[in-house]
Amino acid sequence: MHNLHDLPRTLKESCFRLGKTPESEREESQATFHNLFLHIHSVRVHVRTLRPTLTFGLGLMATASFIITIITGVLLMVYYKPSTDLAYQSIKDIHFTVSTGRFIRNIHRWSAQLMVLVVLLHMARVFFTASYKKPREFNWLVGLGLLVITLALSFTGYLLPWDQLAYWAITIGSNIANSPREFTDAIGITKFFDPGGLQKRLLLGANYVGQDALIRFYVLHIFVLPLALVALLGVHFWRIRKDGGLAKPEDPPGGLAEWGGERRPVFQPLATKTYGLMALVKGKRPPVNRGPENTVMSWPHLFWAELSVFMVTVATTLILSYYYDAPLKELANAAVPENPAKAPWYFLGLQELVSYSAFMGGMLIPMIVLVGLALIPFLDRRPGGEGTWFGTSGERSVFWQSLLFACAVTVGMLAFTVNYGWLRSWFPNIHQVWIIAINPGSLLVLIFAAWSLFILKRNDSVRLSAVALFTCFLVSFTLLTYFATVHRGPNWHFYWWPSQWPVH
Amino acid sequence: MSRLDPPRVNRRSFLTLASLGSFLAAMGTAAAGMLRLPNPAVLPGPVRRFKLGPPEQFSAGSETAFTDQNLVLFRDDEGFYAISSTCTHLGCTVARSKDGFACPCHGSRFNSKGGVVGGPAPRPLPWLEVSRAANGDLIVNADNEVPEGTRYSV
Ligand code: FES
Repeated sequence: MHNLHDLPRTLKESCFRLGKTPESEREESQATFHNLFLHIHSVRVHVRTLRPTLTFGLGLMATASFIITIITGVLLMVYYKPSTDLAYQSIKDIHFTVSTGRFIRNIHRWSAQLMVLVVLLHMARVFFTASYKKPREFNWLVGLGLLVITLALSFTGYLLPWDQLAYWAITIGSNIANSPREFTDAIGITKFFDPGGLQKRLLLGANYVGQDALIRFYVLHIFVLPLALVALLGVHFWRIRKDGGLAKPEDPPGGLAEWGGERRPVFQPLATKTYGLMALVKGKRPPVNRGPENTVMSWPHLFWAELSVFMVTVATTLILSYYYDAPLKELANAAVPENPAKAPWYFLGLQELVSYSAFMGGMLIPMIVLVGLALIPFLDRRPGGEGTWFGTSGERSVFWQSLLFACAVTVGMLAFTVNYGWLRSWFPNIHQVWIIAINPGSLLVLIFAAWSLFILKRNDSVRLSAVALFTCFLVSFTLLTYFATVHRGPNWHFYWWPSQWPVH
Repeated sequence: MSRLDPPRVNRRSFLTLASLGSFLAAMGTAAAGMLRLPNPAVLPGPVRRFKLGPPEQFSAGSETAFTDQNLVLFRDDEGFYAISSTCTHLGCTVARSKDGFACPCHGSRFNSKGGVVGGPAPRPLPWLEVSRAANGDLIVNADNEVPEGTRYSV
């Protein structure tokens, strides 16, 4: 009877090992340390890390939107049927009859879009704060992997409703996978060596876009890619912890702990006190009399910060989902694509490149960009500038110069092709190899590479030349995306405004 | 022993290396074997031989679009020919324009014989094999390409 009476208390104590709100630093560190979900954090964090303007909470926001996407995705799986005959109807059911179905689907879509956007911004912030430098090179690579998986998740996601967008996206996507043929055909070796054909076969499972393709993309979307993402995310977080938290500049000796304009409880190493292992962040032995300075307890400071970023993400997603419905186009029609047939915004820049050459724009340039991004931390090995926006001298001016330069070059290139066409319009019989090699996309890459070499020569700094290159790519990705979104109309013609599109 | 002698591998490290190597080889082979599964042995797909009706139905100088079959059938003085309306760039369906075909997806342009005149398409639109069935109907085999200019005369 007595035990029964005590049940609520004992139950609570068995769940939460501390059993009460922590009151001392010791208990705060235990609260962090003894909880599966919290103990990925270190017990104390550096005050700089908590400054909102260092990270803007972008990585956390990406994680938050991923969690929202997972939860809503599982809910959608209850009704979605991965069959070419039923998929479209099941989405309609979700949208119109299932209670809260429309809202949940909207949330799924908006959090996914938010995730793509935030992941891109997160990459930009890690780059511009030089946070990829030693020992974080590997985590930069993991991050690139996460970026690719995020995009793949989005792509496989919008294929599933089997509407017009889905059908033609699969068609175009699988043909991009096939596009190495453009090259192997051009030099006449497809018969012996056909990586493009293999990739297409693996994606479609058939010669034509149909049920086999839908099942494959479904499996990728709900199982393979999320699993891969979770695994990589684990590595990503674990590395942040092992690499000593977020990147930050070296502390000035004896620096003071100002945070948010007031003084917060700060770890004050006293000669008379010993610290448990749990207060250790890194290092080989307990730092007796030499505690990490300028750190505050994770509980509650870091957790408040995380919670608020999470709430902001949820609120953004909910508001967007309340006001804007996820689109559903007409049922897939194999006979007529939409005109223009456009990808979602994050692939439109790529679609513009693909409209110069499928192989170059769809495979080679993305590859080059990825490899280039992957190489950055291994080429730029001189320490300095970590954890501060535009940390090394001259970075800001190189950034602005590159921004202007890339704007001018990209806009010039687009204006030129719109007005004068390209090689094929001048020499109708030109060999395809020339189209692949010399097109506006590959020229942009070359010009940007030359610009960054010029910066390297001028400043003798790999960091500055990386800033130049990264800025150029970011700017031209943004401009191409904008251009393809607003100015490309039916038959991929240039129009000043969608309202000028011909009506048919 | 001079410095030029190869370093001796003792038995223990040899066995370690050998077992590690065989472990890796086994795992690699297993992975390669598993990857064979998603590579389909037979490629399911619709039959792409289309009966288009009796030849008399099409007058000389006519052109008929078969949207479901993704092809356009032409008849001129020399005979019949069929041009696929699947864009050779990334597989969208092209539409007839004033003087040829235009693709809605990335702006490839073809002339009325299927030749590329603009945009990213790497090859001309394929000409398809035309023949006749036993009952006299025209048949287009969309899986068989023929050289440009090949006509089928009745
Ligand atoms: S599919 Fe026709 S231009 Fe791309």
